[in-house]
Amino acid sequence: MKVVVGQGSCGVATGAKKTAAEFEKQIKEKGLNIVVDKTGCIGTCYLEPIVDVYDDNGNLTRYVKVQPEIVADIVEKHLVGGQVAKEHEISDVDKTFIGKQKRIVLRNCGLINPENIEEYITIGGYEATKKVVTSMTQDDVINEIKVSGLRGRGGAGFPTWFKWNAAKSNPGKEKYMVCNADEGDPGAFMDRSVLEGDPHSLIEGMTIGGFAMGATEGVIYVRAEYPLAIHRLEIAMAQAREKGFLGKNLFGTDFSFDLRIKAGAGAFVCGEETALIASLEGERGMPRLKPPFPAQKGFWQKPTNINNVETFANVPWIIANGGEAFGSLGTDKSKGTKVFALAGKIKKGGLVEVPMGLPLKDVIFGIGDGIKKDKAFKAVQMGGPSGGCIPASLIDTPVDYENITKTGAIVGSGGMIVMDETTCMVDMARYFLDFTRKESCGKCNYCRVGTKRMLEILERITSGEGKDGDIELLEELAQKIKDGSMCGLGQTAPNPVLTTIKYFRNEYEDHIYKKKCTAHSCKPLLTFTISDACKGCTLCSKRCPVGAIKGEVKQKHVIDQNVCIKCGKCEETCKFGAIIRD
Amino acid sequence: MTCKTSDCQCGCNKVDFTELAPVMEKYAKTPGSLITILQKAQDIYGFLSMEAINYIAEQTGIKPAKIYGVATFYSQFRLKPIGKYLIMLCKGTACHVNGADMIEEAVCEELNISDGETTADGIFTLNNVACLGCCSLAPVMMIKSVAGDETYGNLTKDSVKKALNEIRQKEA
Repeated sequence: MKVVVGQGSCGVATGAKKTAAEFEKQIKEKGLNIVVDKTGCIGTCYLEPIVDVYDDNGNLTRYVKVQPEIVADIVEKHLVGGQVAKEHEISDVDKTFIGKQKRIVLRNCGLINPENIEEYITIGGYEATKKVVTSMTQDDVINEIKVSGLRGRGGAGFPTWFKWNAAKSNPGKEKYMVCNADEGDPGAFMDRSVLEGDPHSLIEGMTIGGFAMGATEGVIYVRAEYPLAIHRLEIAMAQAREKGFLGKNLFGTDFSFDLRIKAGAGAFVCGEETALIASLEGERGMPRLKPPFPAQKGFWQKPTNINNVETFANVPWIIANGGEAFGSLGTDKSKGTKVFALAGKIKKGGLVEVPMGLPLKDVIFGIGDGIKKDKAFKAVQMGGPSGGCIPASLIDTPVDYENITKTGAIVGSGGMIVMDETTCMVDMARYFLDFTRKESCGKCNYCRVGTKRMLEILERITSGEGKDGDIELLEELAQKIKDGSMCGLGQTAPNPVLTTIKYFRNEYEDHIYKKKCTAHSCKPLLTFTISDACKGCTLCSKRCPVGAIKGEVKQKHVIDQNVCIKCGKCEETCKFGAIIRD
Repeated sequence: MTCKTSDCQCGCNKVDFTELAPVMEKYAKTPGSLITILQKAQDIYGFLSMEAINYIAEQTGIKPAKIYGVATFYSQFRLKPIGKYLIMLCKGTACHVNGADMIEEAVCEELNISDGETTADGIFTLNNVACLGCCSLAPVMMIKSVAGDETYGNLTKDSVKKALNEIRQKEA
């Protein structure tokens, strides 16, 4: 028997380490001969901490929300008594969260111990690398990827085979394979999950890609905010080297390939290839003009190929199962599966991997089970700061590169932030502009100054100072920033504003002309009043920092609107729901 | 500038870089290692002082102005010392939608500091960060200290205050 505790970052954040320690303690106390092991994130984040118990025949029982308090119960009933502790087991409904998915990228996440290479080998790990280096040519590999139709999963959706082929075709002995693991989109975490849960898949993908393009060295550029990912990657690389899967003469052939990690230092613009290369070279991460493309002149001016984690994680599966198997999934132009990070106002948040082309509705309602507290679904934000908000009316849109782009958003790296009626769309636009304004590297005028000006306008609108002509000014600026910026950051920075104006123009108009925020979220536009439900308990008047609330004990209180600073403390304090926010 | 003589009489705050020396030995002459060097220096000293920047400049031959340029470009680097506990408050999209501003308010109220500042007792520093990648647990914060990183998810105003008070009591 074996107990496996899911310990990705989110699992750890909900207390998985304490749970694991409690299991170890109790197993020791009871003198049981049971191993407590760890695994990565399975993606059902809303059920963490998750504990899997495998019996001697390998049958799995999954327990969810296992806080240390209930460990004793599971130990007593299951580990000692041999009976499933039903009340803590995953429900049939929750099983469908994963059951409805098609997992290629996440195939091993949450199933194997990422710190033990043997477990990866047992399930066929490194077979794909072996097949490639011992029996395939560079062109065979590129062709297999071409047949699969795999496109870059980092955002742009460029065909992977084309990039590999371009890097291969450029002359030179020294070439580099780079992995962009600088998952900078706020709201996307699939790369972290793969790094933490299945690092060997990435190593394999990079080795295979390196073989195809003729590189002998690879660099993984990981964000510094992911310490656990770096730690597990280091372990995985050391184990792979020991086994001879990395290093000189892989599988007894002439092909040598090794990897190293470079920790990023926090700059969203480094998602852009040329900026990432500048950062690898120890410079400020500022993009440069293309061409020359990295495939011609990249890292240290040598031919370089850059893909992101998710793209690489697909590669071993494609080699093992054939490009056609991958290509049979998805739509005509968007092949395979894509991982989405479902978060925001969603009931069941987590990582969802589905074939491309599935309607948004099936992801948000079919798998994510709809909106928290059953509020009304308003929009879903896709593609992070470069993407846009897709309104509820377009919920039947198939999720693939072409159809999502048509809405004005992008698939991007796969963040899906769900919003309900309480999310203000103007505030969302302001939020993203605040982000891109901070992250603009400053090289292009329009991006550097334009995003700041747009942000100022949006800040004015959300604080009730909007004026006639603001929307048109935003649209004009947006177009100029798109035209006047060199890299993707600037070219896409106005997208959140443009899509919210396109689909939620009425909200902008309400803010500007009626001085109202219909989502009741922009504080300066709110009015707090007290209803008849007030019992006169005086708590709110005591809590009010400016003394705006007056009233006698057991009498209905009144808020002086001229004094009120709209901080909302009264609303938090009131036990009777008597404070009305409008 | 760092005063190099051990019996310094000039009144400068002599800074000891012996801990950084092995790092310099390994990376100083490897091209493209500046960011790595700065990261290691920050790990050791908690922040990048002007003295440290000048020392790295001397060792690597890179101009201090350029090092300063790199250090100010990336959000990871700090030019001021930080408290014992670094609160990294996530301001990612999912956290924003789920009320990260409210959490920030609670932290600021509780500690009387704003983003980028350190409490007078030197225990806490607050840093807003772009995204910690724990979006399903939004709103989230990570607290870094010598004891390691602790992540707190599904925060409420009360739970964040409780977490801060627990640390404060431990430190008292």
